[in-house]
Amino acid sequence: MAKYIAKRLVQILLVVFLYASIVYFIFYLGPADPTARFIGNPDIPPEARQKLAEQFGLNKPPHLQWLNYMRNMFIEFDLGRSLSSYPRPVWDFIITRWPRTIVLFVSAILISYYLGFSLGKFIAWRRGQLSDYLATITGVSLWTVFTPWWALLLIWFFSFRLGIFPINQFLTPELWSGTGVDSQSIFIYMILSGLLASFFLFLAYYLTKKFVVDRVLARIIKYSAAGVTLIGLIVGWLISGFGTFVGDILWHMGVPIITLATIQFGGSMLLMRDSMLETIKEDYITTARAKGISDKQVRDKHAARTALLPLVTSFILAIPTALDGAMVIEIVFSWPGIGLTFLRAINTGDYPLAVGSYTFFGLIAITAHLVADIIYSFLDPRISYEEGAMKSG
Amino acid sequence: MDNEKKRDFEELQQPLWRVRLRLFRKSFRENWSIFKGSVLGPIGLGIVIFFAIFAIFYPFYVNIMGSVSGRPSMYEPVTGFAFDIAGTHPHSPTLHHPLGTDPLGRDILTQLMFSASNEFILGLVAAVGGIFIATTLGAISAYYGGLVDTALMRVADIFMVFPFVATIAALSQVVYEMTLFRLALIIAVLSGFGGNVIMLKSGALQVKVKPYIEAAKVAGGSNLYIIFSHIIPNVLPLSFLYMMFAVTGAIFTEATLAFLGLLDVRMSWGIMIQTANDAGYLVGSRLGTFWYLWIPAGLAITFLCAGFYFIGRGLNEVVNPKLRER
Repeated sequence: MAKYIAKRLVQILLVVFLYASIVYFIFYLGPADPTARFIGNPDIPPEARQKLAEQFGLNKPPHLQWLNYMRNMFIEFDLGRSLSSYPRPVWDFIITRWPRTIVLFVSAILISYYLGFSLGKFIAWRRGQLSDYLATITGVSLWTVFTPWWALLLIWFFSFRLGIFPINQFLTPELWSGTGVDSQSIFIYMILSGLLASFFLFLAYYLTKKFVVDRVLARIIKYSAAGVTLIGLIVGWLISGFGTFVGDILWHMGVPIITLATIQFGGSMLLMRDSMLETIKEDYITTARAKGISDKQVRDKHAARTALLPLVTSFILAIPTALDGAMVIEIVFSWPGIGLTFLRAINTGDYPLAVGSYTFFGLIAITAHLVADIIYSFLDPRISYEEGAMKSG
Repeated sequence: MDNEKKRDFEELQQPLWRVRLRLFRKSFRENWSIFKGSVLGPIGLGIVIFFAIFAIFYPFYVNIMGSVSGRPSMYEPVTGFAFDIAGTHPHSPTLHHPLGTDPLGRDILTQLMFSASNEFILGLVAAVGGIFIATTLGAISAYYGGLVDTALMRVADIFMVFPFVATIAALSQVVYEMTLFRLALIIAVLSGFGGNVIMLKSGALQVKVKPYIEAAKVAGGSNLYIIFSHIIPNVLPLSFLYMMFAVTGAIFTEATLAFLGLLDVRMSWGIMIQTANDAGYLVGSRLGTFWYLWIPAGLAITFLCAGFYFIGRGLNEVVNPKLRER
C-alpha cells in the first residue's frame, strides 16, 4: 500500500506540474501584458512603463517567464502577488477565501449525500411504484435545474416570502462595524470548533460501536452524545461572547447551503438508486432473503452497504466540480469565497491571482482522486493495489 | 420441417438490404418497447419535441404578432423595442407581449423562441463533436492497449481535473470572440478528452474480446479497418447514450457562462437572465414583481436539459441490460 501511495504521489507531482503549466499558458498567452493598461496614461510615460515591465520580468522571453514562475511555485511555494490589489500576496487570498468555499460545500455535500443515501436505497426497493417515479423525476429535475435560477428562486422564497434568512452576503455589516471583531478569525475558530465537535462525535460513536452490545443502550448513548456536543458548542460560543457573530455567519450560510444541498441531493439519490438496483440482483441478496431475514435488514445491512461504494467515489469526485459551482453560487449570494475571487481575477486581468487560485484548486482535486482510490481499497476488499495480489488470488 | 427449409431458402433469395431492414425494424421495435417502459424516456422525448416545435414556430410567431400589431420590428429578439407599451420597461405581460418585455424593451417570448434553436445547435454540435473524439480515442485505447492506452488515460485524468466552467471562463479571455460555435468546439474538446473516454473505453473493451474481432483479424483486416468498421459501430449505442448527457452538459455550461457574462453571444436563455440581473431586477422583493424576467428563461434551460437527460436515462435501460427490471 505504502509503495502504491508513494508511486501515486510522484505521479501527482508530475500531473500538477503539467496542469500548472497548461493553466499558466492559457492565461499568459492571452492579453497578458499587465502594463498595457497604462498605455495612454499621461502620468506614466513609456519609459516608466518599460521600467515597470523590467521590474516584473515581463520583457523576458515567455519560456523563461514560465520557468521562473514554476521555480517560484514548486521550490519557494511562492505564487506571486495580486495585480489588482497590488502588494497583497496570492497566498493571502487563497488562505482567506478557500475556507469559506470549502465550509459551504462540504456541509452542503454532507447533508445532500446523507439524504440521497437514505432516500435512494428506499426508492430502489420500490422500483416501478409511484413513489419511485415521483422521486426519480424530482431527482432528475433537481439535478438538471439551472443553478443560478434555482438559487434566485430559493432566495425569493426563503428571504423574501418567508423572510427568515438574509438576502445574501457573508455577514451583516451593521452588526460587525465598530466592534473591532475580525470576521476571518471568528470564521477560523468556527471551523476549528466544528472539527473538534465532529471528532468528539466520531469518538463517541466509535467507542459505542466497539464496547456497547445492547442496541437500545447504544442508540441512547449516540443520541445523548450528539445532544451534549451541540449544547456544548452553543454554550461555549455564548460564554466566549462572540456567539452573536457566529450566529450571524451561520444565518447567512442558510440559503446557500440549502441551494447546494438540493442540487447535489438529486444526483446522489439517483446514483444510490441505480447502484442499489444493480446490487439487489446479486446472489447474496437472494440468499439473505431466502434465509428469512426481514426486508428492512436485507436492504440496510446487506444491499445498501455494497451499493454505497459508487456514492463514496462520486462524493470525492464532486470536489473538482466545486469551483464551477462556487463561481455561480458565490456570485448569486455575494459570498466572498474562491469562486468570486477567481471570477474577479479573470475580469480584471489579475493573472497571478487567477493562475494561483486555479492551480491550488487543481492540487486539491488531484489529491482528492488519490484519496478516492485509497478509500475505495479500504471499502471494497476485492480491490487491491499490492503488487502480485491478483496472482495469489 | 419442409416448410421451414423452404422459408430459409426464400430468405436467402432476398436482397441483403431487405434482410437488414427487417432486422433493424425488429430490434428497433424491441428497443422502443424497453424505452417506452422506462417512462422517463418518452417524457424526455416529449419535452425535446416540444422545444423543437417551439424553436420552429419562431418565424411564425414574429409574422403573426407583427401583422396583428402592425409593427413587426417590435419582435426582433436583439434590436426590437416594444413601442406600444406606454409605461416603463420591463413591463408585465400584455396582450401583444404574452411574457412581457425585458429592461431594454424587447419582447421576452420572442427571445425565448429565438434562443431555442441556438441551444439545440450548440448542444448537438458540442455533444456530437465531443462524443466523436471520445469514441475514437476510447476505441483506439481499448484496441491497442499498452503504452497508447496509458498515455490516453493519463491525458484523460488531467482533463477530468479541469473544472469545466472555470476553464472556459479563463479561455474566454484568450479566445478573441467567444461565439456559440467556438464555445461548442471548446466544450467538445474538453469533454471529448475527459471522463467520456474512460466510459467509452470500457465499452470498447467488451467489444474487443468478441470472436468476430478475432475473425476479422484472421481475415486480414488492418487495425484501422477493425477499429472503424467493427469496434466503433458496436460501441455506438453507448456513445449515443453519453451524447444525450453531453447535450445536457453543453446547454448547462453555455447558460452558466452566459449568466456570468463571459460570452459574446447576442441572445440566449442565459443572457436573458444575465441582462435582468445586471440591470438589478433580481434582488430581494423585485424577484417576485419581475418574475417574467427570470422564471421563463430559467424554466426553459431546466426543462431542455432535463429532456435530454430523461432520454439518456431511458436509453440507459436499452443499452445496459443490467439495469432492466427483474
